[in-house]
This record gives sequence, C-alpha cells and structure tokens, in this order.
Amino acid sequence: MNWLKPSWQAVLAIMLCLIALALGAMSKPEAAALADPAASFNYPFLGTKGLMLGLVLLAALISMTRIPPLAEAVVLFVGAHLVGWLLISGISGFEGTALAPYFLLLTAAWLLGWRCVAVLSGLRPMANWARSALRLIIPAIFGAWILIIWEAVTRGAGIPFILLPPPSAIGARIASSLPVLGADVRQTIFKAVIFGYVVGSGAGFITAILADRVPFLRRGLLPIGNMVSALPIIGVAPIMVMWFGFDWQSKAAVVIIMTFFPMLVNTVAGLAASGHMERDLMRTYASGYWQTLLKLRLPAAAPFIFNALKINSTLALIGAIVAEFFGTPVVGMGFRISTEVGRMNIDMVWAEIAVAALAGSVFYGVVALVERAVTFWHPSVRGG
Amino acid sequence: MDSFRDKLIPVTSILAGVVVLWYVFAVILNAPFQRDLDRRAGETPALSEFIGKTLSQPKPTLPAPHQVAVNFFENTFLRPVTSNRSLVYNAWVTLSSTLLGFAFGTGLGIIIAVGIVHVATLDRSLMPWIIASQTIPILAVAPMIIVVLAAIGITGLVPKAMISTYLSFFPVTVGMVKGLRSPEIMHLDLMHTYNASASQTFWKLRVPASVPFLFTSMKVAVAASLVGAIVGELPTGAVAGIGAKLLAGAYYSQSIDIWSTLVAGSVVAALLVMVVGIAGRIVDRAMGGRPA
Repeated sequence: MNWLKPSWQAVLAIMLCLIALALGAMSKPEAAALADPAASFNYPFLGTKGLMLGLVLLAALISMTRIPPLAEAVVLFVGAHLVGWLLISGISGFEGTALAPYFLLLTAAWLLGWRCVAVLSGLRPMANWARSALRLIIPAIFGAWILIIWEAVTRGAGIPFILLPPPSAIGARIASSLPVLGADVRQTIFKAVIFGYVVGSGAGFITAILADRVPFLRRGLLPIGNMVSALPIIGVAPIMVMWFGFDWQSKAAVVIIMTFFPMLVNTVAGLAASGHMERDLMRTYASGYWQTLLKLRLPAAAPFIFNALKINSTLALIGAIVAEFFGTPVVGMGFRISTEVGRMNIDMVWAEIAVAALAGSVFYGVVALVERAVTFWHPSVRGG
Repeated sequence: MDSFRDKLIPVTSILAGVVVLWYVFAVILNAPFQRDLDRRAGETPALSEFIGKTLSQPKPTLPAPHQVAVNFFENTFLRPVTSNRSLVYNAWVTLSSTLLGFAFGTGLGIIIAVGIVHVATLDRSLMPWIIASQTIPILAVAPMIIVVLAAIGITGLVPKAMISTYLSFFPVTVGMVKGLRSPEIMHLDLMHTYNASASQTFWKLRVPASVPFLFTSMKVAVAASLVGAIVGELPTGAVAGIGAKLLAGAYYSQSIDIWSTLVAGSVVAALLVMVVGIAGRIVDRAMGGRPA
C-alpha cells in the first residue's frame, strides 16, 4: 500500500458520503417523490446528487494517493468548493426542506476543505511570493468555509430570516442600500470618528510630551492613565450627548475621551524606551532637550505610538457607534443598527455590521501601512 | 517609603487638581441656566450665593463632585439592596453577566489558544481571523444578539453574557498563544532530553510559562467584559443594570444619576481588575515565583 497515505479527514468524508447514500432522500420533496413515484418529479438535487457524492468520493480518494501536495491541495480545493456550491445552488427554492444527508454531505465537503488547508499549511515554499500568497490563501479558505456553512445551514434548515439571514441576503442588502450605508458612513466615520481620533490622539500625545518634561506630572498621570484604561469610559456617552447635542460633535467628544488615555500611556512608555547609551551619546553631542526628543526619543517611541494609534482605531469606531445608541439625528451607523434591530430588519443590521467591519479593517490597515513606512528600521518590520 | 513619595503624592495632587477643575467647570457650565432662573425670578444674588446655587441644581449640566458623591452614597448604602434604584442592585445585575461572560470567555480563549498552539492548521487559518476581528467594532453586534436571542425566547443573563464572552475571549486567546509559546528553545530541548511526552511538556513547561501572560490578558478581558455587559443593556430597554440606569438617566436628563452610575461602573471595573491582579499574584507565589 505504498501509494496510499490515509488522512482522517478524507476517510471520515468518505464514510459520511456512504452514510448519506444509505439514508437516501436529501430533502423532504425528494422523500415524497420516492414514496409516490407517480406524483411529481420536482425536487432539489434531481441531477446533481450523484455528481456531488461522486465528487466528494473522488476528491477524497485522489487526495489519499501519493501525489505532490500542491496537486492534492488543488484537487481538494476544487472538490470541496464545487460540492459546496452545488449544495447551496441546489437548495434554492426549497429552503428549509433539507434532511440529514444534506448536512452529511456539507460536513464531508467541509472536511475536504479542512484537509486542503492542512495540506497547504504543511507546505514550506522557498519563494517569498509563494509564502505570502499562502499566508493569504489559508485564512481566505477558512473564511470562505464559514460563509459556505452559514449559507448552506441557514437555507437548508430554513432558519427564520429574522434570526440569521444567509450571507447572500446580506450581500444583496448591501448592494441595494448603498446610498443609506454611504450616508451613515459619512456621518459616523468621516465626521465623528476621524475628528475625534485626530484630536484625542493629538491631545494624548501633547500631554505625554508635557508629562515627559515635568516628572511630577508623569508620576501622577501614569497610574491614573493606566487605571482609566480599565474603566468603562463608554459610559460618558449619555453625558456627552446631553452637552453637545445629538449631532456628530457629541460622538466626537466620546471618541476624544476614549482615545486620549491609550495614547498618553503608550507615548509616555515609548519616550522611556530609548537606551541610556543613546541618550548619553546625544549629551556628548551637546544636543538640547528638543533635539534629543526629535532625533532620538520620538523615533524610538514610534512603535509604542503606533501601537496606541492601532488600539485607538478600534476604540474610536466603537465609541462613535455606541454613542449613537444614546441619540442621533436620523443617520449614522449606530442609529441604523439600533432602529433596524427594533424593526426586525436583521439583514440591514448585518449589512451595517459588515460595513463597520470593513471600515475598521481599512482604518487599521492604513495605520499599519503608515507604521511600516515610518518605522522601517524596527526589527519587527525588517524581519518580514 | 519611596513608592509613597514617588507615586502617592503626585497622584493625589493631580486628582485634587481634577476635583478643583471639576468645581470650576461645574460653576461655568451651570451658570447660564442659573442666570436664566434668577432673571425669571427677578433676583440678583451675590456672587457667593450664585456659585452656591450653581452647585446645587437638581438637574445640572455638570453636577458638582459633592452632588455625585451624595447621590452615590445614598444609592449605595442608604437604599435597601433589593430596591431597583439601589446602585448595589444594578451593579450586581451587570456584574453577574460580566462574570458569567468572563468565565466563558476565558475558558473559550484558553481552549482556542491550546488548539492554535498544537494544530498547525488552526494556527495558519484561524489566527489571522482572530487578529483581524480585533480591528472591527464588535460592540456594534450587541443590540442584534440581544434582540435576536429574545426573539427565540432567550432573555436575561445569557445574551448579555454572550456579548461579554465575545469581547473577553480575544485578549485571552492572543495572550495565551503568546504565553504557551514563550518557553525558550533551550527549555523545550531540555524536555526533549528528558524524553518528555507532548502532554508532559504541555503541563510541566508550557502551562506554567503561560500563567503570567494569562493573568495579564485576563485583566484586559475582565474590563472588556464589563463594557460588553453595560453596552448589552443599552438597546433593549433592560430594566436593571448599570447600562439600563445610564440609559434611563439619559432619557430623563438625571445628570447626577448618570454620574453616580458611572462612578459605580468604575468602582466595579477597578475592583474586578484588582481581584484578577491579586489572584494572579497569589497564583504566582503559589507556583514559587519570586518578585522580580
């Protein structure tokens, strides 16, 4: 048996397929058609059932033969995703009628997908581009399978729409309500978040420089700043709404307060990060406080400052969205989420969350890119 | 008493400065409304009397510290604990879902971290998503979880605890992955020379090495968990809890109530972080750690 290298995922997938075959009907209409052959012939997976079973078996068997890992991964990838797509497209029109074999096949396909990821993570390519491609592909397959299982299960089991809409419906909702989403993003992100983020981080930074000049201030502010970071600052939202009104100014105020302390604490820590040797060197150059600050200590503090900027990018979004739960004009992401939840338009809520997630990732990504450009000398950047 | 002079004096003097500033701002912010009241009543009070009045409005723009303190004291110690205006009662409601969510979140975080450290597939596929998920504003999901679970008949503690779980398991996972990987190659090699099995290496080397990381991330997690529980109370019109009291205060403009509720939330947060910190120190000492 030298040509065979069994994997538990593939073996399990084959077993699930065989059980699915033994159980027979994949959906209620099919069961009805089998019970009464004269009646109707309209049921899901009319022509594709054999194809799907065959695909899973074939892919599982091929994957267990001794072929190059890359070929194995491709076979598994194609098999798993083709079956997933066939399952999802076949069930449309018959939502909620799926029986056990449907879910068994889904599980089998998912196992093949897992095997594919396992094979891919075992690869150790030499080329740089291949390694970074793998770093993207592996999580992408994982994410795709979360969506596939979500879609297949919600539609196969007929989960009520208000409980959990399938991703396709959320996507359709995003596409159909782009203007509304755009207006919300403009209100929440371009007005409240950006302004609050810049002012809050800037104020934290300036206070940190001030604290650096006055040691008394630093010794007093640092413990307070550390403690405040554990407090539920988000609770100031209703107060800010009372003070600054319903529009974006109150949300920006919440964001300022939330982003101030992480920046302060991290910058103070960063300013202490430069070594004694370097500072002594600057002294031998007879450089003044500001020269040392600009040429040595701020660059040394950059990783800490960017760490704070990254933390703040998430905090700012959370602050603005949650502050909108306390009252807004009739636009804004937090407003939309809380009202659409009330009206049971769960797909709109998911659409808004997807947009928020995208905005958060982009925000974080931009900060990370700027960090790479600014702290190009730092070991963590040079290393990879 | 170096730490006394190094820390306590600066901290207390800055806090005192904050209180003074607070009073000044309370007078400035409350003055327009008070002037309005006085004009309507046709009074022209002296300056000291005017300042006294600005600091004792029933619904001030910015309540003075002593107003908040009195309100906090009344609602914490003078009311029966069962009354739904008692801060102790509301804090307990929030605390219970915080703790439940924190326990779940820590457990889940540890399990995922163990999986990530031991299964290469999970490391490559799941870890990037966990890091990416930290960049998205997860709290936005809170209202939906509450309402959707209420629609299928799950209400009360569990939905709020789920939000807390969701928020608290990320820091624990990230910290534990770091902690379980923290043993140096030398130590791992030593275990190798002892012919230690994978589980022995795990229990005798990786787990002890990860404990300090665990407690550090648990401090972050417990704070996040409290925020999750508070925000979880906002959208549903929950009847009790710190978030519900904040919302009620916002609706009826009871600014003093909002501030004292905030103080209560902060006290709970500080206590939770402190308890986790003390637990960490006790565990550290029990494991034979020496103060660095």
